[in-house]
Amino acid sequence: MAQKTIAGQTIEVNDEGYMVDASQWNREIAAELAKEDGIELTEKHYEVLEFLRKSNEKGETLTIRRVGKSGIVDIKGLYGLFPGGPLKFSSRFAGIPKPASCV
Amino acid sequence: MKKILILGGGTAGTMMGNKLYKALDHQEWEITIVDQHKTHYYQPGFLFIPFGIYNKSDVIKPKGDFFPSGVKVIYQEIDRVEGDHNKVLLMDGSTLNYDYLIIATGTQTRPDETPGLQGEQWYKSIFDFYTIEGAVALQQFFKTWEGGKLVLCIAELPFKCPVAPIEFVCLAEAYFTEKGIRDKVDITFVTPLAGAFTKPIATKMLSQLLEEKNINVVPDFYLESVDNEKKVLKSYDEQEIPFDVLTIVPVNMGSEMIERSGLGDDMNYVETDKETLQSKKFENIFVLGDAGNLPTSKAGSVAHFASEILFENMMNAFENRPLTAKFDGHANCYIETGYGKGALIDFNYDTEPLPGTFPLPGIGPFGLLRNTKINHYGKMIFRWIYWHILLRGKEMPIEAHMTMAGKKNSID
Repeated sequence: MAQKTIAGQTIEVNDEGYMVDASQWNREIAAELAKEDGIELTEKHYEVLEFLRKSNEKGETLTIRRVGKSGIVDIKGLYGLFPGGPLKFSSRFAGIPKPASCV
Repeated sequence: MKKILILGGGTAGTMMGNKLYKALDHQEWEITIVDQHKTHYYQPGFLFIPFGIYNKSDVIKPKGDFFPSGVKVIYQEIDRVEGDHNKVLLMDGSTLNYDYLIIATGTQTRPDETPGLQGEQWYKSIFDFYTIEGAVALQQFFKTWEGGKLVLCIAELPFKCPVAPIEFVCLAEAYFTEKGIRDKVDITFVTPLAGAFTKPIATKMLSQLLEEKNINVVPDFYLESVDNEKKVLKSYDEQEIPFDVLTIVPVNMGSEMIERSGLGDDMNYVETDKETLQSKKFENIFVLGDAGNLPTSKAGSVAHFASEILFENMMNAFENRPLTAKFDGHANCYIETGYGKGALIDFNYDTEPLPGTFPLPGIGPFGLLRNTKINHYGKMIFRWIYWHILLRGKEMPIEAHMTMAGKKNSID
């Protein structure tokens, strides 16, 4: 567990950089986290992040396929928004735990 | 008469039918099991068929042999559940009423969800081993195969028995070594996960194991389609992996009956309270085994541990008590690694697989996250235990809840 100051706020993050407390999240933090990975967030990105946060709140298991069926973006589009690891990156920017859909 | 209806007569439904039949007064309760198929498959045995260790006859028995004689059994496809009316419609047009419903319809492989998977190479150079047909076809194929690129690819999460793909590549490695053609076989393990397994400590142990066996791991590969002509896997981010023979773990989904009933999520898994095992939509509907959306492994061991919790909670429900039994997501999986050895993992919702001994702290006899001969014997003996003890709903000398006794927080 470590603390990190970002967008003028102090947040708790785990060893892999995922926020520990989803309630500390806001859009500015997301923008800064994404910038660290060279991604500039657009409204489309935020729609995905909001979807992930809502699903996480409901305790749903998150998969790329599920996001692809959300109506916000298809799977190809999701890879376009978050290249290299769409769910890994987007969940980190969304301030939720790293999805481990298969245990 | 009060009516309990169990949908699905596989591992979970059969165990539950036996447990309830033993406990309940037969003058007061009627138990009915519905399943469309008459054959019970010992699914953990499918893994061994491609390598000729088991044959078809080793893994099949009639379902009817395991149902108690006083339970009513209907072999018919299910149309849908009407939860608002406490009834289930069958495909032959008949209707069954219930006071309590248990959904145990499991999970199915859906190769049709991946474009190109069931093209002209299907069962020629593309096989699954999660069905008896696929496992037997692959056995035939391997008998005369002279080598090349063997690729195992996991199409989607979650899927049944998360350790089986790792076991498959380990057993393949041993099989081709024993055949004397290991140097002609290139084995690659392709997964949408970031590593060989989801949880850090087990991933470390299993990655080392695969490396020692010279098995390549391609992580973060999310399968979009299969090109039959070029024999390549394509991912959504346009990576390509060529294969000579592909063993696929297809997309898994719950029964379409769940979708028709409006009880599931978008993968047709029933929305289930992960602790009480009650459906989130109806108080008198309960869920056992792979059919639910619990955040733990889809595996027989999970169904077994959960069945003890579900039994307690159904008894609570019958007598209008609160559902006090809480499932912890306990899973216990043997991992066959080839050459007569195996590893074992034991974990739950909150605790990742850790090294140690099982079931007795410090004694074992089984070693957690260790590759030993005794673990392999555990897996082999389990088939007998499955048919004779587990399915019949008899007591096993292992607690339903996971225990930390005998576990350590790091690898030595």
